[in-house]
Amino acid sequence: MKPLAKLLEAALFASARPVPNEALGQLDPESSAAAVAAALDEIREHYNSDGHGMELVTVGDGWQILTRPEYTEAIERAQLAARPQRLSAAALETLAIIAYRQPIGRAEIEEIRGVGAGAILKSLQERGLADVVGRGEGMGRPLLYGTTPVFLEHFALRHLGELPRADELAVALRPAQGNQQAAEQAARQPPRSV
Amino acid sequence: MTVAPAAPVTEQIYGVRGMRAPDRSSRDEVSESATFVVDLPEFSGPLDLLLSLIRDEQVDIYDIPIARVAEQFLARVSGMPIDAAAEYLEMAARLVRIKAQLLLPGPEGIEAWEDPRAELVRRLLEYQQVREVVDVLERLSDERRNRFSRTYTPISVQPAEPDERPLATSLADLFSAVDRVLRQARRPLVHDVIPRALDVDGAMTAIRTVLTVRARGCWSDVVMRDAEPWQILSVFLALLELAKRGEVRLAQRKPFAAVEFTDETISETP
Repeated sequence: MKPLAKLLEAALFASARPVPNEALGQLDPESSAAAVAAALDEIREHYNSDGHGMELVTVGDGWQILTRPEYTEAIERAQLAARPQRLSAAALETLAIIAYRQPIGRAEIEEIRGVGAGAILKSLQERGLADVVGRGEGMGRPLLYGTTPVFLEHFALRHLGELPRADELAVALRPAQGNQQAAEQAARQPPRSV
Repeated sequence: MTVAPAAPVTEQIYGVRGMRAPDRSSRDEVSESATFVVDLPEFSGPLDLLLSLIRDEQVDIYDIPIARVAEQFLARVSGMPIDAAAEYLEMAARLVRIKAQLLLPGPEGIEAWEDPRAELVRRLLEYQQVREVVDVLERLSDERRNRFSRTYTPISVQPAEPDERPLATSLADLFSAVDRVLRQARRPLVHDVIPRALDVDGAMTAIRTVLTVRARGCWSDVVMRDAEPWQILSVFLALLELAKRGEVRLAQRKPFAAVEFTDETISETP
């Protein structure tokens, strides 16, 4: 590997969190952004072609060295590391709503889910997956929630744009053009069966 | 007798109907109602339950047969503890209200008939979208969970299970361990406790004496200039004790000023 690639590899190894592109660029002020990108490619290629137990992945705004999934079970069995707990369905629903509607207040989340959200918001905040990003207008200036960098890390997303767009979701229940017309039509006619 | 009432409970837990003993067949109507007991934690809320009913019944979401769905919904909710059911009951009430609105004739002369179910359909569709995103998030997080970073920062790691094997210790080991501990502790740490040399009663007498002469006294009247610590403490405790008994009233004009005491018994009996 070239010296720059080795430097970046060492930096990525030393950091517990994904290293942002900007920080990688600052490691060697002499190197251009293109050189850094080429070096990252070199590391990734090195890991892939030489058969390493790790790989280089991009997470959030940065890069991270992760173990390959096929070794997870053995590592966990040996109690060297433990996988994080799965999030509950309620927590995932709340996160999904926040991710798509942020900044969003608690009342709106509760309206969409049909259940109280206070405890879940608190635990998401404790886990760093969501946080207060501001205050809304209106009665009581409600707290508004948004997703955090940890959220991107948790789901190995580079950015929120990697989530499916609303119009990419299943057609069956999506109020698409045809369905919407049908809904409007249904809304004007007495029901067929009640 | 005593076996019969137990039957529905067994069925609630195990859901086994075929294993009923013949002599309990007379309790059929009880076990029928017991089948409504559904464990609901699988649903994350009333909309989740409603969506799953619509899916199970294979009805058109834009033309929900409210009566049928409401009946099913209530059947599922009826077994829930009341504090867990609150949000479900609100939805049940909503369903009943929609049904009532559908039955009532609309006001005359209004062309556009608005389906009272429209709002519910909108919410269900919205919720369905959330569920789809949840599926995506679940897949992504499972993929990420299967990779470790170098120093994994525990977001929420469950503590390692304690070793559950029985202890391999003999009685002799136990005795020798006890012996070792006792040998170490054979010389107990002895220290002399100095008896409290306070004379609270004496100080109380002194204060009472002062108060028989005049109605008001102050700290320096009862504490000598070169008083020992035990004397100061005695007076202090005596003042507190007398104040507690209601014999004197304590006052201090400002912080760190001399404490004054007045005879409370005199002012009470003028």
